[in-house]
Amino acid sequence: MTEIPKEEMLLKCPSTCAGCGSLLALRYILKAAGKDTVLVIPACCNSVIQGVYPYMLHTVPVYNIAFAAAAACASGMSEALRAKGEKTNVIVYAGDGGTADIGIQALSGALERGEDFLYICYDNEAYGNTGMQRSGATPLGAITTTTPNGKTVNKKDLDRIVEAHNLPYQATACSSYPADIYNKVKKALSIPGPKFIHILAPCPPGWRIPSEKTVEIGKMAVKSGIWVLWEKEYDKFTVSAPSRAAMKRPVPVGEYLKAQGRFRKVDEKTAAVIQANVDKNLKKIALEAAQSEETE
Amino acid sequence: MSELIMSTGNKAVAAAVKMAKPLVVAAYPITPQTEIIESIADYVEAGDLKARYIPVESEHSAMTACIGASITGVRVFTATSSHGLLYMHEMLHWAAGARLPIVMGQVNRTLAPGWNIWAEHTDALSQRDTGWLQVYVSTVQEAYDATLMAFRIAEDNRVLLPVMINMDGFLLSHIMQPFEMTEPGDFIPPLDLPHKIDVNDPKGYGAMSPANVHYQFRFDMEKSMRASRTVINETEAEFAKRFGRSYAPVEEYFCDDADVIIVAMGTLGKEAEVAADLLRKEGIKAGVMRIRWLRPFPLDMNIKGKDLVVIDRDCSFGFGGVVAGEIQARYPDAKIASVIAGLGGQEVTYEDMAEFVRSRKMGTEFWFGIPQEEQ
Ligand SMILES: Cc1ncc(C[n+]2csc(CCOP(=O)(O)OP(=O)(O)O)c2C)c(N)n1
Ligand code: SF4
Ligand SMILES: [Mg+2]
Repeated sequence: MTEIPKEEMLLKCPSTCAGCGSLLALRYILKAAGKDTVLVIPACCNSVIQGVYPYMLHTVPVYNIAFAAAAACASGMSEALRAKGEKTNVIVYAGDGGTADIGIQALSGALERGEDFLYICYDNEAYGNTGMQRSGATPLGAITTTTPNGKTVNKKDLDRIVEAHNLPYQATACSSYPADIYNKVKKALSIPGPKFIHILAPCPPGWRIPSEKTVEIGKMAVKSGIWVLWEKEYDKFTVSAPSRAAMKRPVPVGEYLKAQGRFRKVDEKTAAVIQANVDKNLKKIALEAAQSEETE
Repeated sequence: MSELIMSTGNKAVAAAVKMAKPLVVAAYPITPQTEIIESIADYVEAGDLKARYIPVESEHSAMTACIGASITGVRVFTATSSHGLLYMHEMLHWAAGARLPIVMGQVNRTLAPGWNIWAEHTDALSQRDTGWLQVYVSTVQEAYDATLMAFRIAEDNRVLLPVMINMDGFLLSHIMQPFEMTEPGDFIPPLDLPHKIDVNDPKGYGAMSPANVHYQFRFDMEKSMRASRTVINETEAEFAKRFGRSYAPVEEYFCDDADVIIVAMGTLGKEAEVAADLLRKEGIKAGVMRIRWLRPFPLDMNIKGKDLVVIDRDCSFGFGGVVAGEIQARYPDAKIASVIAGLGGQEVTYEDMAEFVRSRKMGTEFWFGIPQEEQ
């Protein structure tokens, strides 16, 4: 069993919506990272939920920066701290829009240069801050305010893009599995160089689910295989325990879709495409895991 | 007869865009503008506007996609605000330099840090040298009308420069007012872009232009900016004739006999009329000039001998109020009391404005809300 510190690094005053998956994840990220940490946050829900000057939610320094710029800011911060001989963790906490869309250039640059920082993308699959417009990470079929009839193209495979940078550590996670988040952040921060964790973070207003269903919906994502928990340390690829169990007998993705208002307009044909995408991805992941084991 | 409907400024701009029928809209969300592009996305999905809507991944790409679309000779539109506008900055120069009649809804909002979504003009004013025409509106009706006129002005072959319609964040973008959704009919003629891409007449665009020609391109832009004054006047006159609502580049309110004139842009310029009424009741002969078109800059303001209280909802650090400075530069004899007010959404009431007038010290700069001893 993982021993997660009791001490809270977030004060009890967030202005998130009730049931915010991104805040739940951050709670465990900071427990894992500890006090010697700086957060870099681009424009996103997390730039709003910290509260209003002169108050703050976090007990570590938070540096807010422009929407496209998080990874570049973290690069400078990390280089400067290392130049001063300081080990302080530099962690970007950014949304899917700030990562997969407007911020991807700065992210790619920082990863390629090998900057020593941890980039965490919490993925609520839309632009939450501005009221739920589509992002590159919005899944096929999801209603957003700019895709009122459901998105007609697929979610961008951000992890494969990041993977192409050959990081020393990369992982996926989900707000519904806090111990998994905690362990992955701990491990990431023990490794020098650029690290990336992509967290699926259910978002009640955006996903049109009741606020008490955050954890349940995240678990459904994992159990259906539409979201797979894995980690990759250098070349070693491992499927994480909850997904290992789920992949043995995935629940049909239809149940995950039906539980959320944002998929209300998904017809049978689109549902079948989504299921086929899930099946294909699960096969790819199983193969990758098997190959990685072989080369051990 | 056109219908009268209740609408926010954002929705009025979107409605005008629907009337103008652009073929391509490329845009990116940002508060407080997002309602414009969400409304347009709705029109497109519902088939009410036959346009391609490109949901780009950044404002840099929004403006660039508009450039790519515009050079094929089609009408294009985008909207943004604040940081989005700043993120477009490079491409604003590209759009104007390429002489593309792109129309943009721009909702004025404060710049970070600290994050702040309320009204301020520094965003647009920091883009004033990009070659875009800039108009600032003060009512929902004016937002609608100015958007319709913007297409006609931008696309006029004497202009061929992009136009930015500025509207105060929340104070106008989210305020509901009744407005007349006038059908423009043939008020906006079909676009005929003389330099559009044509495979039967291949041209190079934006190639190396050495020192002996580059300034000529730039003078050509300047000439068009100057000509746009005439085009704006003609367009506003034609609009008044057809639809009965008249606008001038600088709207005047009781200026003729005024001893002191409040000069402001956007909603402050409208609210100032109430301040002027109040002052007149006290026996102070006050008037208001609301600058609508900041680019091209108005050269015929009737300010001789009058005290000007110029309210800037912006600041050029180390210089002062941008509008006050521009007036002083173009009218060296102008007597100005400069007031910096309303930054970051700071509330400025008509009472406050009346007090700026009463307590004005000509030739000084006053920061509203800062104690006198720190000024
Ligand atoms: C250059 C720029 N463009 C647009 C915005 C407006 N904006 C702020 S946050 C945001 C969306 C953020 O989405 P995401 O990164 O997914 O984070 P979330 O809000 O969902 O937490 C947008 C469009 C901005 N601040 N700066
Ligand atoms: S919109 Fe979603 S991500 Fe943003 S604060 Fe609310 S629940 Fe959290
Ligand atoms: Mg998001």
